[in-house]
This record gives sequence, structure tokens and C-alpha cells, in this order.
Amino acid sequence: MTSETLTWLIPLPPLLAFFLIVLFTNRNKALSHWVALIAAGLSWLAGMVVFIRAVTTEGLSEHPFAQSIPWLPTGDTSLKIGIQIDPLSTVVLFFVAWTVLMIFIYSVGYHNFGQPAGKHDRKGLPPEGAEVKEKKGKIIHVPSIEPMYSRFFALISLFAFAMFLLVVTDNLLTLYVGWEIMGLCSYLLIGFWYAKESARKAMIKAFLTTRVGDVFMLLGLAALYSLTGTLNYQEILSNPVVLGQLAGALSPVFGLSWAALIGILIFIGTVGKSAQFPLHIWLPDAMEGPTPVSAMIHAATMVSAGVYLVIRFFPLLSAGWEPGGAVTTPMLVMGIVGAFTALFAATIAVAQNDVKRVLAYSTISQLGYMIAALGVGAYAAAAFHLVTHAFFKALLFLGSGSIIHGMEHGVQHTSEHIDPQNMLNMGGLRKKMPVTFWTFLIGGLALSGFPLVTAGFWSKDEILSGAFKSGNMGVFIALALAALLTAFYTARQITLTFLGKPRTRAAEHAHESKWTMTLPLVVLAVFAVGAGWSGIPADFPGLGGLIPNWFEEFVGSMLHVEPVEAVHSLVPLFTSLIVALGGLALGWVVYRGLKERIDPLEKQIGGLYTVLKNKYYVDEFYQAAIIRPANWVANVFTYKFLDQTIIDGILHGIARFGVWLGNGLRNVIDLPVVNGAGDSAARSTRGVGMYLRSKQSGRIQQYMVIAISLLVLAGLVIYFTVGIS
Amino acid sequence: MIPLSWYLIAAAALFCIGLFGVLSRKNAVSILMSVELMLNAVNINLVAFWHYHTQLQGTSQIAPQVFVAMVFIVAAAEVAVGLALIISAYRRRETPVVDEMTLLKG
Amino acid sequence: MSGLQVVFLIVAVVTLFSGVMVVASRKMMHSALWLIMTLLGVAILFATLQAGFFAIVQVLVYIGAISILIIFTLMLTRRVMDEETTQVIKGWWLPALMAVILFGLLAGLLATWEDFQGMLNELPADVENLAAFGTALVNPAGYVIPFEVASILLLAALVGAIYIAMERKEKAE
Repeated sequence: MTSETLTWLIPLPPLLAFFLIVLFTNRNKALSHWVALIAAGLSWLAGMVVFIRAVTTEGLSEHPFAQSIPWLPTGDTSLKIGIQIDPLSTVVLFFVAWTVLMIFIYSVGYHNFGQPAGKHDRKGLPPEGAEVKEKKGKIIHVPSIEPMYSRFFALISLFAFAMFLLVVTDNLLTLYVGWEIMGLCSYLLIGFWYAKESARKAMIKAFLTTRVGDVFMLLGLAALYSLTGTLNYQEILSNPVVLGQLAGALSPVFGLSWAALIGILIFIGTVGKSAQFPLHIWLPDAMEGPTPVSAMIHAATMVSAGVYLVIRFFPLLSAGWEPGGAVTTPMLVMGIVGAFTALFAATIAVAQNDVKRVLAYSTISQLGYMIAALGVGAYAAAAFHLVTHAFFKALLFLGSGSIIHGMEHGVQHTSEHIDPQNMLNMGGLRKKMPVTFWTFLIGGLALSGFPLVTAGFWSKDEILSGAFKSGNMGVFIALALAALLTAFYTARQITLTFLGKPRTRAAEHAHESKWTMTLPLVVLAVFAVGAGWSGIPADFPGLGGLIPNWFEEFVGSMLHVEPVEAVHSLVPLFTSLIVALGGLALGWVVYRGLKERIDPLEKQIGGLYTVLKNKYYVDEFYQAAIIRPANWVANVFTYKFLDQTIIDGILHGIARFGVWLGNGLRNVIDLPVVNGAGDSAARSTRGVGMYLRSKQSGRIQQYMVIAISLLVLAGLVIYFTVGIS
Repeated sequence: MIPLSWYLIAAAALFCIGLFGVLSRKNAVSILMSVELMLNAVNINLVAFWHYHTQLQGTSQIAPQVFVAMVFIVAAAEVAVGLALIISAYRRRETPVVDEMTLLKG
Repeated sequence: MSGLQVVFLIVAVVTLFSGVMVVASRKMMHSALWLIMTLLGVAILFATLQAGFFAIVQVLVYIGAISILIIFTLMLTRRVMDEETTQVIKGWWLPALMAVILFGLLAGLLATWEDFQGMLNELPADVENLAAFGTALVNPAGYVIPFEVASILLLAALVGAIYIAMERKEKAE
């Protein structure tokens, strides 16, 4: 089969699986998951064949695998659908295929396949567990299978279809189709346990928030289509004439060029989908869904799609920009938004106790990294981080799911009433869940950028050096700080979860998950380490040049400009070394040996307080090294909030301080300003709605008469003012 | 030898008559009939343009014919479903009068 | 004024008059009968445009099928309606005004088009190439997808209509 034909076939199996499961096999759970697994496997296989052929093709960026057919005739032209595999889609396809397959396999174990159905399980609620009589007549509690098992696999198949479609397509229209299908699927999957109030709220929040971005993106697409008459990537992005015209023509808004305006509109779509400030509020709540869904949304598909879009549109966003020169308006916006988000979310992550919520904020932060990288023109680095992040974040989410599973087992076993997701209730899981521990450790080290070994180090290092080379010191410092915090909260998470002694009886009785859950962890862990080796920069001391920097050459060939080698400097390298190792060590030192189930924040009284305080005084050096830059952040963002607490903050040291800062950002900026603005908009809408309600007679004809009257009025106005010609 | 304008004006008139019917008639069946008038007006336009373009190009134009066929199909489907809905609604609410179906009332 | 023009004018006037009667009749059954008259008029207009095929389809589909369906429905629901004194809603003057203005706008818009006064000449007798039309409908490079979609639509409408109109006794009340 030709590569083009294979590429067409990549998205199809999951779509077929969706229909098969929904229409035919939904009563048979085993058959349903086999259909979904085989479909994901076929897509994976086709994806891998295409990947291998693509990487062995010379000059792929000039001559991508591409094919298109007319779809909707629109008068003289027609909207086309087609496929295109160029270097960027190749690498994205690679990680999407792997993570999707792993998540599918993992879901089988996660939803307790093979376990009996629980007596009290209801549709729309997480399974509560079943009681089984052993031979001796003793009743034991075991996990029970998800009641809507087939439904889950159907939806997640549709989700995978949308992502594959988005990756292989060659134009914005089908990309938008995939984009919106993912929006729908995320809505359905976040609210998978729809009987939970919080899940229902989260699903609506996710849908509406991303919708804000989507509307702007659609405006951008419409503007692009009306100006160029095409939505094909090649015809817009690889065509210097079109780009030049767009960059040269002034749009009617704010004196921006059309390229800048369209770029910003498309970027707002990304802000919604990839959860950048200020549209990030949906993502932490999206943790209400089952964990494989979190992994799917946060690693493999949805948020990656947003970053993929801006990477794809980088030629347009940067139209008129020369490497080393002044950045364009969209790039400036991206640099600021990305760097701010990276730092902002990292501080919040420090204060979270829910194991998944830490990862959620961490995702936001890492996506901010990629956006900021694009903002300073580090194109290949952004794509590289997208790939490595997808692997290790999928690994971390699946690992956290495994932890929660183990904890739930412990909870069921001991009938203790604790939250199985709270890290303070864990501890010492290292011995109970060795596979999860080692893989989670690898993922965590990759996330924090542990030097030389992990993939995260290489990609993060490239972004930092890209930011440094661009000369944009604000972005560089913000990213370095965020990297430090990232390492800190990762160490905190690993320490609280796996190290030390169990802090609850449930944690003592936790046990390792089944192989269907651990196998994907192991596979992803391999990539979390290995994916980095494809992109070691050539000028890296010692290792550079041993392995060619394949990634940068491959993806960098997408941009048809020669990268200008800026001043070579070791500053970014040392920065990333220091922040990664320093943050990890700091987190470990602060949280090791925590015996009580209370975060240092909540220790207000008695001996516990003193114990912790002393521990922090031991770490005075670290505290002092961090407190000053953190203070600066605090003064800018949360002056009022910290006013009363800053003296205490200095006394109690960095850990407590970080916790406060994080909470502060969440409570002062996130909740009142961002959420508050949303709420007041909702309230005023509601007020208007209540007023208009009295005008609603319910008579359909009355509505139509009003509509037609307005149409006629508009027609008259146009007729008599503008005229027809 | 008829000017194109005559057809277009006649079609526009028929369309507006249908529109008036849709907006003002009480009975749901009546509304459906008015919709049929509007569809027919569109068809007159399409066939007139088919004639005009065939005359300009010299060969029979396919696209207008396809559109006319589509309008026929959609009209048939719409009437079938619409009348079924009316009968179903009539059975439940004992009235085909749209005015009395005010479930949408706020 | 040629003979054909006279024919057109007569047919158009009859069609439009019947159209007005469709929306103005007090009795539903009269409306339906006027509708048949209108549809017939449209069929004749098709014929004057030398679209013989569509004239015939118009008679078969609209008059033969759709009108009959409508009349059946009227018979099933007429009991209530016969007692009505008026068939239009209270503020009917507003839609009427809108329709008139819209007609004016449409006419004004059309009049600005340069080909508006173009003449429709008589075409060769065999111009309506039905074979080409039929081939185009099933040609993958032509209109096979709209055609197939339309067939699915019809099928769905059929199934849907039966399902909606079916009496479900077990679920009543």
C-alpha cells in the first residue's frame, strides 16, 4: 500500500470501532474492548508504518506525503479534504499513536475488567466495589467493573479518531472538525460519571471554556479563507507570496496586519484548547473524569492539539520575522502568555494535595513552556517538548491512576474513609507498588528535567537555550523559575506518595495494579527516557555530536529559513541543571519523612508546628536562595494577599511560602478575577434572560415574524444606505 | 421568447405569498402547504436559470437539474415527516393549531 | 406580445391567485384544492421553460403524492378546524406587510442585475438531455454523493414518519 493510502486509513479504525460498539456490541463488555483495542492497534500499526516511511524519506518537508479530494463543491471552487504527512505531523503522529494505544490498554485494567459487577453500582457513578464470598464463606471486598464499560470504550475511540484526523489532515477545515469532535468527546468523558454533581459541572465548564477559544479560532479561519480562498496548509504556510501579502496588508483591528490578526485569533483557539491563562480554568476540573481520560486529554490528544495548531501555524504567526530580529505581535503575545502561564501554574501546583490536580497544573505549566518557546522563535524546541511531554505526562497520569487504584484497593480493604487521591494519605507506596513507583519516578524526573538521562531535560534545555538566545530575558527568567518550581513539586509529589512510611492504613494495604495497567507504564517510561536522545543539541558539551540532532533537523526543515546561530553560551545549560537538581533536592528535603497527614500549611499548633519549623530552618540556605525571586512574583501578583502573611512566610520558610503563594494565586487571581468575571457575565446574562423571558410567548410564528421583520429591516437599511451593486 | 424577469418576479411573488402563509396561518397543515409554495417558487427560479444558462452555453446544464431534483426530494421528505408530526401532535394535544402549542413558553 | 407570453401571463396570474387563495381560504380543504391548482400552474410554467421532465415530475410528486398526503392529513384532523372562524393569527397584518416589503426588496435587487431583462429563447427540442442528467447522478465525479445522501434522507424520513405517527398504546398516558 502506498503511504498516502495508509495515511487515509489511520483515523478510520477508531471511528468504525465507535459505531460498532455503540450500535452492536455495547452489551458485551469483552467484545467492546476488543473492538476498541484492535482498532487502536490497527491505527497504531498504520501510523508506525507511515512514520518509518516518513523518516526515511529525503526532503519530506518539501515533498510531504499528500493527497486530497474535492469534498464540498462551492460554486467554482470546492472545499477539499486530504491528508498530509510532513515532519511535524510525523512526530506528532508517532506520540499520538503510542500514547493512544497505551491508554486503551490501560483502560481495560483501570475499569476493572474481569471483576464482578457491584451490587450497588449505578450508571453514572464510579463503581463502588463488590462483595465476593470466598470458599470459606468469608466475604471480601473487591473492586467491581465499571457499569458503563462499553460506553467508555466507544467514546474514547471517537476521541482517538478525532485526534488522528486532526494530525493527518492537510487543511484547517478538517482540523477544525477533529478539533470540535474532541471538544464533544472531552465533554462526554469528563462527565463520564454524570451522576456526580462535580463531574457535571466540570464537563459544562470544560465545554464552554474551550468554546470561547473555538469561536475566535473560527473567526480566524473565516478571515483566512476569505483572504486566501484556501485552507490548505501547503498553499498558505509554504507559500511566501501569500504569507508576505498577509503580513503586509493592514486589518481593520488595532492596526494589526492580517497575518497578526489571524495569528492571534488562531492562538486564542489554542489558549482555550491548551488551557493557557486566562482560559485554563477548565483543565484542573477536568480531573473529574476517569484517569485514562485525564491522560488522553492532558497528554495524548486535546491539549497537544492546541500546541500542534500553533506550531503548525508558526510560519503565519511569525510572518515577517527574521531569526534574531524583532518578534511579531502574535509571537510577543505568545511569549508573554506562555511564560506567565508556565510560572503561574507551577506555583499553584505546589499547593495542591490531590495527586491528579498537581499533574493538571503541571500540564498547564508545561504547555505554557511550549507556547513561550514558540514566542521566542524556538520552533523545533517547542515541537520537541510537545513530544517528550506527551510521553512523560501520559506516563505520570497513568501512574497516578495506578496509585489511586492501589489506594482504592486499600480503602476497600480497610473500610477507612479517606480520599484515595490525597497525597497526604499516601506514603511508602514504593514497596507496595514497585512498578508504578519506578515508572512514576522516571516520569517525574523527566518532567522536572533530570539531567542527561531523561527526555524532559533535553527538550526543556532546548527551550531555555532558545529563550536565552532570543535575548528575551523576561521569558528566560520566568521559564527558569517555572522549571525550578516544577522540580520542586515533582519531588514533593514523589516524596509524599512513594517515599517514607505509609501514613494511613489504606496506604499500607495498597497493592500493585494488574499487568494491563503496568505494561503501558513500562512502555511509556521507555519513551520518557529514550525520546530525548533524538534531539541532543550539537553544541552540548561532551555528548553533543555523538548522536546527530535528528529531531531539530527533521522538524526544523519545516521552516524554510536558515536558523541563525546566536552567541553560544553555557548559561542556559547551567540554569537548567541548577533548577532541575536544585528543585528536586529541595522538594525531597522539605517533604521527606512527613509522618502526619497534614501539609505544613495546616500545621498551626503544637509540637508538629515546631518540628516542621525546625526542619525548615535546617534548609535555610535553600529557602534564602528561592525566597527573593519568589517575593518579587508575590509583590507583583499577590501583594495584598501576602501583606498580612509575608512575615509569617519568611519565618516558616520556603515550603510554607510556596504553598501560600500557590493558594494565593488560585484564590486571588484564579477564583475571584477569572472565575468572578465569568460568573458576573453569567449573572448578567441570566438577568437579561429573565427579562426577555416575559417576551417569550412560546409561539413559534411570533418568533419567525420577529426574525423576518429584522431581516427585512436590515435589508431596507442596506438598500437605502449602502445600495446594491 | 419570454423575458427571464417575468419568471423571477413571479417566483418572488409566490415565495412571498408562501412566506406570509407560514407566518400567519394557524393550522400546522396550512403552514406546511405554504412551505410547499415557497419551495415551488425556488424551483421556478432554478428551472428558469437552467433554461437561461443552457441557452447561453448551448448544452443542457446538469447542476440546476440536480438542484431541482434535490428540492423535490427534500420536499417529499419534509412533508412525510411534517405530516407525521402533525398527526402525532394532534393525537396528544387534540389540536393541529400551532398557536396552541406553546411548550416553548418561557 | 407573442402567444407564449400570453400563455405565461395567464398561467402566472392563475398560479399566483391560487397561491393567494391557499393562504387566504377559510376552509382547510379549499386551501388544499387551491394548492393543487397552484402546483399545476407551476408545472405549466416548467413546461413553458421546456423542462418537460420536471413538469411531469411536478405533477407526479407534488400533485400525485404530496397533495394527497396533505388531504389525508386534513381528513384526519379536520374535526377541530371546521369550527374555526378564521385561519390566520391575530396580528396577521405584520407578516403581510413584511411579505410585501420583502417582495419589493427582491424585485429591486433583481432589477439591478444586468441579465435581468435577458430573453429566454426557444431551445432545440431535444435539449433536455435526460441521459446526461441520469448519468451525472450516479457518476462519482458528478453528483453521486448528494444523490446517495438524498436517498438516505428519504429512507430516514420514511422510517421516522412511520415511527412518529405510530400509535403506541403501551406508553399512552
